[in-house]
Amino acid sequence: MNPEPRTPNPQPGTRNPEPRWWRTLEEQADDPAFQERLYNEFPSQVEAITDPVARRTFLKLMGASLALAGVTACTRQPEEKIVPYVRQPEDTIPGKPLFYASAMAIGGVATGILVETHEGRPTKIEGNPDHPGSLGAADVFGQAAVLDLYDPDRARTITNLGEIRPWPAFIAAIRAALTAQEGVRGAGLRILTETISSPTAAAQIRDVIARFPAARWHQWDPASRENAKLGAKAAFGDVVDAQYRIDRADVILSLDADFLGSGPASLRYARDFASRRRPEDAARMNRLYAVETMPSSTGSRADHRLPAAPSETVAVAQFIAAAVGASAGAAAGATLDARATKFATAVAKDLQAHRGTSIVIAGDSQPPIVHALAHAMNAALGNAGATVLYMPPAEAEPVDQLTSLRELTDDLKAGKVDVLVILGGNPAYTAPADLGFTDAMDKAPLRVRLGLHEDETSARCHWQIPEAHFLEAWSDATAYDGTVSIVQPVIAPLYGGKSIHEVLAAMSDRPEQTGHDIVRAHWASRGGATMEASWRRWLHDGVIAGTSHQPRNVSIKAGAIRDLAGQDRTGARGAMEIAFRLDPSVLDGRFSNNGWLQELPKPVTKLTWDNAVIVSPATAQTLSAGGSPSFQGGEHGQIISDVVELKIDGRSVRGAIFPVPGHADNCATVHLGYGRTRVGNVGNGAGFNAYSIRTSDALWSGSGLQIERTGSSYSLACTQAHHLMEGRGLVRAVTRDEFVKDPKSIRDGDETPPRIITLYPNWQYEGYKWGMAIDVNACIGCNACIVGCQSENNIAVVGKEQVLRGREMHWIRVDTYYRGEAENPETYFQPVPCMQCENAPCEVVCPVGATSHSAEGLNDMVYNRCVGTRYCQNNCPYKVRRFNFLLYQDWNTPSLKLGRNPDVSVRSRGVMEKCTYCVQRINEAKINAETHDRKVADGEIKTACQQTCPADAIVFGDLNDPNSRVAKLQAEVRNYALVGELNTRPRTTYLGAVRNVNPELGE
Amino acid sequence: MKPARSTLYGLMAEFDDPGALVAGTKRAHESGYRCMDAYSPMPIEELHEAMGSPHGRLPLIVLIGGLIGGVGGYTLEWWVSTIAYPINVGGRPLHSWPMFIPVTFECTILVAALFAVFGMLALNGLPQPYHPVFNVPRFALASRNRFFLCIEARDPKFNLEQTRAFLDSLGAKEVTSVAD
Amino acid sequence: MSDQHPDARDLAAYDRHNETMDSVVGTGRPPIIAPGHTFGSVTDKIASIVLAKKTPVGWYLGFLLAFALTILLLVSLTNLVFTGIGIWGNNQPVGWAVGITNFVWWIGIGHAGTLISAILLLLKQTWRASINRFAEAMTLFAVACAAIFPLFHTGRPWLAYWLFPYPNTMGVWPQFRSPLIWDVFAVSTYATVSLLFWFVGLVPDLATLRDRSQSRVARVIYGMLALGWRGSAQHWHRYETAYLLLAGLATPLVVSVHTVVSFDFAVAIVPGWHTTIFPPYFVAGAIYSGFAMVLTLAIPIRSVYGLQDFITLRHLENMAKVMLATGLVVAYGYTTEAFMAWYGADRYEGFMMLNRMTGPYAPFYWLLIFCNIVVPQLLWFKRVRTNVPVLFILSLVVNTGMWLERFIIIVTSLHRDFLPSSWGMFRPTFWDYSTFAGTLGLFVMLLFLFVRFLPMISIFEMRTILPEAKVDESI
Repeated sequence: MNPEPRTPNPQPGTRNPEPRWWRTLEEQADDPAFQERLYNEFPSQVEAITDPVARRTFLKLMGASLALAGVTACTRQPEEKIVPYVRQPEDTIPGKPLFYASAMAIGGVATGILVETHEGRPTKIEGNPDHPGSLGAADVFGQAAVLDLYDPDRARTITNLGEIRPWPAFIAAIRAALTAQEGVRGAGLRILTETISSPTAAAQIRDVIARFPAARWHQWDPASRENAKLGAKAAFGDVVDAQYRIDRADVILSLDADFLGSGPASLRYARDFASRRRPEDAARMNRLYAVETMPSSTGSRADHRLPAAPSETVAVAQFIAAAVGASAGAAAGATLDARATKFATAVAKDLQAHRGTSIVIAGDSQPPIVHALAHAMNAALGNAGATVLYMPPAEAEPVDQLTSLRELTDDLKAGKVDVLVILGGNPAYTAPADLGFTDAMDKAPLRVRLGLHEDETSARCHWQIPEAHFLEAWSDATAYDGTVSIVQPVIAPLYGGKSIHEVLAAMSDRPEQTGHDIVRAHWASRGGATMEASWRRWLHDGVIAGTSHQPRNVSIKAGAIRDLAGQDRTGARGAMEIAFRLDPSVLDGRFSNNGWLQELPKPVTKLTWDNAVIVSPATAQTLSAGGSPSFQGGEHGQIISDVVELKIDGRSVRGAIFPVPGHADNCATVHLGYGRTRVGNVGNGAGFNAYSIRTSDALWSGSGLQIERTGSSYSLACTQAHHLMEGRGLVRAVTRDEFVKDPKSIRDGDETPPRIITLYPNWQYEGYKWGMAIDVNACIGCNACIVGCQSENNIAVVGKEQVLRGREMHWIRVDTYYRGEAENPETYFQPVPCMQCENAPCEVVCPVGATSHSAEGLNDMVYNRCVGTRYCQNNCPYKVRRFNFLLYQDWNTPSLKLGRNPDVSVRSRGVMEKCTYCVQRINEAKINAETHDRKVADGEIKTACQQTCPADAIVFGDLNDPNSRVAKLQAEVRNYALVGELNTRPRTTYLGAVRNVNPELGE
Repeated sequence: MKPARSTLYGLMAEFDDPGALVAGTKRAHESGYRCMDAYSPMPIEELHEAMGSPHGRLPLIVLIGGLIGGVGGYTLEWWVSTIAYPINVGGRPLHSWPMFIPVTFECTILVAALFAVFGMLALNGLPQPYHPVFNVPRFALASRNRFFLCIEARDPKFNLEQTRAFLDSLGAKEVTSVAD
Repeated sequence: MSDQHPDARDLAAYDRHNETMDSVVGTGRPPIIAPGHTFGSVTDKIASIVLAKKTPVGWYLGFLLAFALTILLLVSLTNLVFTGIGIWGNNQPVGWAVGITNFVWWIGIGHAGTLISAILLLLKQTWRASINRFAEAMTLFAVACAAIFPLFHTGRPWLAYWLFPYPNTMGVWPQFRSPLIWDVFAVSTYATVSLLFWFVGLVPDLATLRDRSQSRVARVIYGMLALGWRGSAQHWHRYETAYLLLAGLATPLVVSVHTVVSFDFAVAIVPGWHTTIFPPYFVAGAIYSGFAMVLTLAIPIRSVYGLQDFITLRHLENMAKVMLATGLVVAYGYTTEAFMAWYGADRYEGFMMLNRMTGPYAPFYWLLIFCNIVVPQLLWFKRVRTNVPVLFILSLVVNTGMWLERFIIIVTSLHRDFLPSSWGMFRPTFWDYSTFAGTLGLFVMLLFLFVRFLPMISIFEMRTILPEAKVDESI
């Protein structure tokens, strides 16, 4: 008889006597925190609840509360829409992926990307063809970032001293702190960021500084390009960024610059480099000389390579500079050993022979003097302006970050800092060991941290704010050449993360601004009247046209080198040296919790899940330390290696030693980014922390290193320990002259039988006949194809323990082979996917026909039919088949499910899997073509590996179409089949390598 | 007469060495007895012709079995590979006969063996839990070391007295009548 | 029925002592059955083992041990099915390892039984009579153990039935070009035929047990199994024909089975597998290991149950000779492999052989050569062939050698094949070992049950080789 409808109780905390509906456990438990959050966050909704008829509002609230409870892993729609597709979102066709242009910034430089989304879930990241820094390629980090987005270990909640707090509570706290600062003009306010490439963020920070003139903005990035800046400043008196037109260069000298494999422009440079390496027009082939400590992609592609310890590199640079007459006060006549002298002399000669068409590139890790020398040489050789362009740096605020961080540390120690706001980065982990920054931090009374993970730095901060992944937030970023891209979100923040812009807004006077408004407002002026149109255009293209920098004319200051020579920090020659490098997989540690990258076999070393103390075989011998294959996994899995202790001025760290042919003698290379303690289940405890011996006076290299055996040993997961071809023509290589004289010479020893010799009639493949050609001569071993494949095909991560047994699942791998002497071998990379043999040995032995040929000649694998006898794997001469020995695929973690490609079935335990030539892409294109009643055009289908290859080394297409690129390539004389003598007739073939050797240096 | 007939299966003579049994059986056959059978703890080749039985049909049965198996096996493979489920396997033709031989062979053997065993049992009328001869107590020794010759009552030439006398004349250790 | 049999039995007792004790015709070699035996004594001696009232304590101990291992097998297989093949050491280059090694080893052992029963029967080797029964049993149990591995080594054993051709709604069929399908047919055929062969051989003896067992239960059970056998001349005739035909069928079968097993390797392109010598050399190896296992079993059994009269030195010596012969064939196989690797000028084959001899697994290779080639040369000496303890040890050595042979063939060929980039190493895990130990347990357990409940020597065939079985009609 009670007409009044029952209504939930608006008052937080007080219990409703009647039984009621509940939505989350928290609410059921009447958790006050929950009620408070509800109240603070959704005042309007809370009122709405009292309205008995507002059922939709009720739904909204339901959605919202779920969102707050952090279980919205599967909603992409803004919280307001809980019922999906009441109205179908614009251009969303279920089952058809949408691609959004965006950009990813690392170390303050952005690369353009395209994000593939399925029903609002980003599943794959590819390069943006319209972006100068990408040209359609993407590096391993860009592609693996999508896994970071779904990383279940990400920071999920705003916490204060470990207690979950609502966003308004933070705003309240920070504003209180800032008002306190107003009195002292912000003298106690410090903002510490990574290298900032977002113009908007920079502007916002400057605004804050404007409000608090005494406040300071510090930047620290362990991989900052200090030396380049200092070198340029010394050489030109101004900070400029050297950029190279590799495609215009005939001769390139790399002074420990891995310009092909790493760095902001590497994708672009790799593409340009490859364009000049086609032996078919031998005249245009460039020649690359590399001087380097640690074998890299670039060194491996070099026609001549000189292993040199860091200090020796400087000497070589000085020697060559002197030889090419780049005086600028160079300390002439640096002493070199015979080998280096021969090399340097020849290089100098070659450079001089190519004035204006040569390039000298200095690596970021080289001391300022080497950069200055490089600038001097380029000037002297007339390359400046021709092949080398000087641009304003991409980063918004180029500062000497080491000094910047040192100042901040001093202020902290002096207790001058009241509010320390750390936006991104992980300084507590990456700061130089000698600064004592981490301990100094604790001196600041209020420490705020915006970070993706609750990491080493968060542990020392009061406030930890979950950072929105760059796929979740609005922002903008600058490419190496100054081109600006708008970073647009493709999914709502999974864990309610905040972007740097929103945090900075909270510090401004308009805390409620959204990221979108902030970014858009920043560019409003540029958009002008047509803002809406241009905004859409910018978002669509992924670049803001016309933002790229203009080259600047700069001239070498006299005596620049001399000044630098004095302050050169590189240690004395002769002593044992150490070189620090960014890890090729996890960089400075920011990707430590990314399974794809951890399990990615690092270029050349093929190590996974660990960093190591890398030395040359000779040095290892003198230390009587090294590694040997174990009986478990062995050459393809487990290397048991000696643990050594690295001691350098009073600091020490223990790591496993790993000899690598071609590494410089008498020095050790260690990679940063490992030994994380607080990052997540994937990254914790992997490797050793090289930062613990990295000091401010030896950021990239130092001398006086002592290496001592500890007697204990350690298991390294290495996917390839045997790099010799055993006289099997797996990689065919000749010199350019030989090739020009007799192109057939590259096929010497080829025993592939002619097709007519067969007991059975050949199958005829009408219609499409898919095939692939891989150019060994172009491959730089950057691994982009592996990650692209892993992302496209839902390939599982198996973990170190399984890699140790040799059970990693990659469908495509990059084999590395050496030729020549161990001190300095020629290195070749050979990507190996499934060969899709026409006479597939794997198919014949399958008892249940789980693998057989399609009409287009694909070697299909029927997972559902597979019973897992592994006979096919045994009988595959290329060993490209991968078996799910255990349940490798993660079926439980909800967030990971979102990232999978819905077009590719997820394999479970006990079945075999392998490369399919991305059959899902083939079929998509075919269906597309059929709807338009035409054949699939050449180049319309790009396999994941091909699409992302910066060197354009992989070409896929229809062999029945004589005009297709792949058909033409396979018709070339360089084309050969891997172990073709088995008559497996692989559809995937290789193009032999041709090295453009300098006759003076010989082979 | 009739009731006696119905209750009597035959007369059984016991010998204690195979030679005697064979000799006796021969004599019985020569003297025109046809419905009889000899029992021994192990196979005795001579017994068979002694009783003048014809040659068995077993080998033919086994041959048929083998043929069925072989042809059936190959046909199955051919039908499966070319008609029911024609797929391109490693570029081999659908009907790659050389690879079908092993299974064909195994099928031949399998079916032939089954025919041999079950054919033998069928012809012998086994399993047969009850048989009159088991009614003779001493017949238990037929599976140990004694040899028996049983002339059945249904033999036209059978006559209780004469046949018993005849069997005694064979030097049987003992002659017992076998109840039906 | 039952009231007629007791007197039959004391009659049997009565004429045991007035049986003529004529001796065997003396030949130079030790006899295949000790002198002084008669139909009765043979029957009683062998039957008594089964019909004995109380079981020896040793039997219980041995059985319990074997049973424990069988439980270990169950545990291992359960874990395998629920966790995955990954609990074994198999990995990327080495897809097959201990599992298939065990399969081939067991199947090989399984060959002696049928071989002894069939081929020696065709060759009229009467001495086989006293060993063929348990050799056949051994075959069955070995095949049972073998069958476990191909089934459980698959990634999804619950789908193994897909290997059989049966009409199904998926409309898919097995792929008859795969040696694994050949395996399925060969092994299942072999198991079936061996079982038939064994059972047919048992029928007359089951009849004997029926007629001699004291307990009613035993009599009923044996009675059913005996199918009402009564030793009629007609039956004996057909029986002999069938038995002979079975032997004729089993002989090519036994050869084909290991040939097909060898095809698993020979048909593949893996260097070290892809060779035409495999079929003959696998078959020889199978007989080799089979006879070794028969010796391993026969020697203890004959002494435990005091069967020296029936399984005489002559038998042991003959088996030793067969081992020597087959061992030499195997040795020839190894030599040919090595020779072809060198002579064939196939760089992969050559490397494989070099890797076997000098690579990481070299110790196992040389140990295998020692076990299978060097040691068995002792068999040239009669003093060794007739020295029971030495023979026993030797048989164990050969069994080990043959297991190693399969391990070497499988693992060393796979772990370094065509692309050096994929080379790897294999090491067995605890579960590899436990599964193998488990099958050993199962094998022994079944044997214990067999010797306890069935006549381990063919009684009726023993009777036929007695001198008194000679028919002389001069009466």
